[in-house]
Amino acid sequence: VERTMFQALHMATAEEMERDPTVCLIGEDVGHYGGSYKVSKDLHYRFGNFQVMDTPIVENTFTGMAIGAAATGLRPIVEGMNMGFLLLAYNQIANNAGMMRYTSGGQYDIPVVIRGPGGIGKQLGPEHSQRLEAYLNAVPGLKLVACSTPRNARGLLKAAIRDNNPVVFFEHVLLYNLKEEIPYLPYTQAIDKAELVKEGKDLTVLCYSRQRHVAVEAAKRLEKTGLSLEIIDLISLKPLDVEAIKKSISKTHRCIILEESSKAGGVGADILSCVIENCSDTLADVPTRVGAKDIPTPYNAKLEEATVPSVEDVMAQVMWMMTPHMVAKR
Amino acid sequence: MSVSALQNIATSTAEAPPAPADLPKRNYLRSMRANVDAKVAQMLYEDMCLGRQFEDMCAQMYYRGRVAGFVHLYNGQEAVSTGIIKCLRKDDVISSTYRDHVHALSKGVPAREVMAELYGKETGCSKGRGGSMHMFSKEWGVMGGFAFISENVPIALGAAFSIAYRRQQMLDESADQVVVCFLGDGASNNGIFYEAMNMAALARLPIIFVVENNNWAIGMAHYRSTSVPEIYKKGPAFGVPGYEVDGMDVLAVRAAARKAVKRARAGEGPTLIEALTYRFRGHSLADPDELRAPLEKSAWLARDPIATFGEYMKDMGYSNDYLLKETQKKVRALVEDSVSFAESSPEPKVEEVGEYIFADGYVPEPEHFSDEELHQYAV
Repeated sequence: VERTMFQALHMATAEEMERDPTVCLIGEDVGHYGGSYKVSKDLHYRFGNFQVMDTPIVENTFTGMAIGAAATGLRPIVEGMNMGFLLLAYNQIANNAGMMRYTSGGQYDIPVVIRGPGGIGKQLGPEHSQRLEAYLNAVPGLKLVACSTPRNARGLLKAAIRDNNPVVFFEHVLLYNLKEEIPYLPYTQAIDKAELVKEGKDLTVLCYSRQRHVAVEAAKRLEKTGLSLEIIDLISLKPLDVEAIKKSISKTHRCIILEESSKAGGVGADILSCVIENCSDTLADVPTRVGAKDIPTPYNAKLEEATVPSVEDVMAQVMWMMTPHMVAKR
Repeated sequence: MSVSALQNIATSTAEAPPAPADLPKRNYLRSMRANVDAKVAQMLYEDMCLGRQFEDMCAQMYYRGRVAGFVHLYNGQEAVSTGIIKCLRKDDVISSTYRDHVHALSKGVPAREVMAELYGKETGCSKGRGGSMHMFSKEWGVMGGFAFISENVPIALGAAFSIAYRRQQMLDESADQVVVCFLGDGASNNGIFYEAMNMAALARLPIIFVVENNNWAIGMAHYRSTSVPEIYKKGPAFGVPGYEVDGMDVLAVRAAARKAVKRARAGEGPTLIEALTYRFRGHSLADPDELRAPLEKSAWLARDPIATFGEYMKDMGYSNDYLLKETQKKVRALVEDSVSFAESSPEPKVEEVGEYIFADGYVPEPEHFSDEELHQYAV
């Protein structure tokens, strides 16, 4: 069946709530309003105001509440109306969700999913265009997952809900209306495995979230020049799927890391060091990064466009990477 | 009758005095004390002694270098921990601050496990991973010591949410547990406390907020940091009944706690209790405690909750000097045993440093559908 990504997420949420009555949804406007991107539309009719709980605008309290509830037997999903708002709940996510299991000597599992729309949208201004993955990457005890298509959104969200650990689940504002054929019957997808999007032999692009689609477009255009890119959608930003990365780079020997976060202190830096640490024996060239600029995302459309990696940026980077190789061949 | 009521009558003889709700209510609960029999009184006394002696031992071990880190002692506040927690069942949950040893002890965690945790041993209640400020025991319903001010408040709220959820959403009749959230006067200035009271009242969660007002947030005097120092008055603004109790009187605390527990168990919602108390030592063992006036300290020391309650027991004929001394001895033996247990316990293995960080993850497997489910999808 053809579904958009918000519909796929809606399906996953409803299915899991149906399957397990301890799964509940907590957040601002998730109930009567249906969620800011309609991921939980009408679910309160089906499950009631307790299982789909509208909260006041109190990010740290409702996030902390979900964590406390997770520690005592529920499996809450927290929706950050916008991912950036969760900065207000950073202490709860970091100190409590991330560390409580460890500090308690393994006594309290925290099966909570914290999800929401993030990334650079269309002229939403700096505060609504945040990418929190870099902030959260430094927190021990969290799993970070980024979905990118309706198909993996549904499978990944279901698996994240069933996981016994705190999972931060990144969705991208610009992908909610992306349409795709997905299976009709429910399915799950491993949250710690990367997806091989496209096979290729010249260069590996490691990317996640919306940049996956940027990479696919760049690969399509570069095909005409005879270059074949291998695209890996990392899915799991923490822990990284090192095996998948190694396998791909041992084949292509070249690698570009593509992210929408700023290059300064971003997850891309982490991925880069992971590549160097694990694949140095098969690398033919130093891996490079394409990322956003280290500035607040401007409102103006042209300025905004200039801060985010575009298809052209990726192509240029690929060409630059491949140039010495081509010259040597000639 | 309070001063302002008298003034009111003096200035306007024609009008009726203001309604009781408008009167300042500091002290009004002090005369309300729980009635206890000899057995319960003995239990309360023992628990307070345990709290005191454990903390004294903890200080000793700290100065001997056996216990490390930031260690915050509970001396002086025992009546609050005992008064509240001894009204709870084993399956009730408490959530505490960094001053958490005695809360854990009152809740039932064996002194051995708490001491071993202070020693950082594998046998500690948090397996040596938490330390002084992070006592956890799922078995005994101790959901944490938390080190940051007021971060335990939403966690406790979540535990209460869980209980209400099981009762109302999953129709589980046995879910009548109660959650107690301890915080200090310093935490009461933090917004999250008010956010939580608002939400607890909205959803009628079975939670009791216990503010242990010991007047000092490290070096910040309560009256310098809070515009309205009567914390219990802040509950009603959110639909949470607020009570003020003498935190140096275990029976006064117990009276308020019983009321609040009864209310929470019946599903009637949250309660706020402000217990006026005092810590006899500095903020932590690293605090030289030079700021607080000696007169202030001695005034509170004169109201030592353990000594006062001992006197009460003698007055009631529940006990005598000999028996009280015997109790002290019994408790001492328990505390000394906890130390030797901690001393002889093994250290956590270094190769297991990464243990406990993650629970088992979910490994996807093919979904199985019953005919009925398949039929649903077919429709």
